[in-house]
Amino acid sequence: MSAGGELLLAIDTSSGTSVAVVRGERVGGRRVLSEATELDTMKHAEVIGLLIERALAEAGVVVSELTGVVAGMGPGPFTGLRVGIAAARAFALGADVPLRSVVSHDALAFSQAQAGVTGDLLVVTDARRREVYWSLYRLAANQGAPVRVDGPGLAKPDALPHPHALALEAAEDSSRVSAGSLGLVALELLTSGGEFAGDQALYLRSPDVTLSAGAKRVTQ
Amino acid sequence: MTDATERPEPAPREPVVLGIETSCDETGIGIVRGTTLLANAIASSMDEHARYGGVVPEIAARAHLEALAPTIHSALAEARLGWSDIDAIAVTCGPGLSGALMVGVAAAKGLALATGKPLYAVNHLVGHVGVDLVTPDSEPLEYPTIALLVSGGHTSLLLVRDLVSDVELLGETIDDAAGEAFDKVARVLGLPYPGGPHIDRVAVGGNPKAIRFPRGLSLPKDMAAHRYDFSFSGLKTAVARWVEARRDRGEEFSAADVAASFREAVADVLLTKALAACADLQVPRLLLGGGVVANARIRELAAERAAAAGVTLRIPPLELCTDNGAMIAALGAQLIMRGHAPSELGFGADSTLPVTDIQVNVSQ
Ligand SMILES: [Zn+2]
Repeated sequence: MSAGGELLLAIDTSSGTSVAVVRGERVGGRRVLSEATELDTMKHAEVIGLLIERALAEAGVVVSELTGVVAGMGPGPFTGLRVGIAAARAFALGADVPLRSVVSHDALAFSQAQAGVTGDLLVVTDARRREVYWSLYRLAANQGAPVRVDGPGLAKPDALPHPHALALEAAEDSSRVSAGSLGLVALELLTSGGEFAGDQALYLRSPDVTLSAGAKRVTQ
Repeated sequence: MTDATERPEPAPREPVVLGIETSCDETGIGIVRGTTLLANAIASSMDEHARYGGVVPEIAARAHLEALAPTIHSALAEARLGWSDIDAIAVTCGPGLSGALMVGVAAAKGLALATGKPLYAVNHLVGHVGVDLVTPDSEPLEYPTIALLVSGGHTSLLLVRDLVSDVELLGETIDDAAGEAFDKVARVLGLPYPGGPHIDRVAVGGNPKAIRFPRGLSLPKDMAAHRYDFSFSGLKTAVARWVEARRDRGEEFSAADVAASFREAVADVLLTKALAACADLQVPRLLLGGGVVANARIRELAAERAAAAGVTLRIPPLELCTDNGAMIAALGAQLIMRGHAPSELGFGADSTLPVTDIQVNVSQ
């Protein structure tokens, strides 16, 4: 590992399960060394360990070489989202390296920016229960980490804010968050001194509970 | 720290195991060395559930995610150990609340891969039995034993012939867990959650024979089909009916008598069935586990009935009866000491994991 370089394990389970190893050199740029993904959105807990193992092996990286772990903080369906965050936190704890938190939508916006998209981009992903998560980005050429100007938020699909923006819809392909992109965003933020996300999972919804109104009568 | 000049060590006879437990509302991290308890750190989200009158799975899962890292730190600090001192990691993979279990499973996998330690995915209920082995100053657990495990999440009667290889489910609740019945009856009486300690408090001075509440699945016809099964839903309804009838008539009644009589019905049916299992199977040993064991009357009646039946009774200290990580570490250590291979990484959370699956996904 060259001095001044970063070697990060990135984990995102806001959609499927995606794990990547990314390298950032002071000279020589940034690249994704490996990415292992499972698209099934019901298998996060089963595959998380296997994908971490595979991503490390394919990158030819051992744990002691890593300089940090990146967790995708969502937004995303709760149960799956927590799997990646829990694994990332525990991995960072066991490897004794820092944990960086990144908004998962940033990875989707970053991929679009890399593909040459500029202007206002509204990232929209499935939130289940007929709602979507959204984030608004203002993308410019050669910008580094994508600039989020609003969101993430939760809305009905027909009540999305920012109708003028180019919408990156929750279509199957576009809603798959890539841990490789997430890791690259983290490298951009480390280089630029940009701000990482907060360390709380982005649920954007309260737990679904109603307050009990005391005991219900059993006799009519 | 391992010195590089040391000879390579064989598998430790007394492995140091870190156990992770997140099946319900307690985030438990325990550390044992063989059968010695080194740390038992617990964070509970119980207070956050209080205003809902029961455990809310999503609230429990969110709390686990936040509590895990701090609780791991506490456990390591309590045991005065670092990662290099840990030989293996064990985790509860079921039964329990699936979203809650997944947090522990994911964290265990992350930890195991980061530290290079072998990982054991184990059964929560069997952990409740295994914790007896790390109870300070206790004689070794003898087999076979009957185990009665009672909490807000489960009510199970087990026959344990061998902790790591032969556990059989004799019976379990067919509706509410005993702990849930305490919570629901507490609500009927206007008492806060969790119901157990409040029922205990109100029952002091009450007459346990004042009201004859039903004993679920205890009639001869039920005993034929459900000899070792439990049912508490009818009891809860009976208490509610009794109280509502008095209130409707504007009649005074003694909450102490209701609480004491209800508690007596629960304790009676639990211990009648547990001691029937001891007698039927000629197993003169009974082990209690689970949070409901905190209930004073259940412990008292267990002691009375076991003594009368010539059955040796074991009750681990209360902090080891409620859900905790030490019980998972203790079971993991037993598996290692008996030469069991670790679990392969592809296991998931199984909310209904049968008790016969003591460890899952064992490597070939
Ligand atoms: Zn339990």
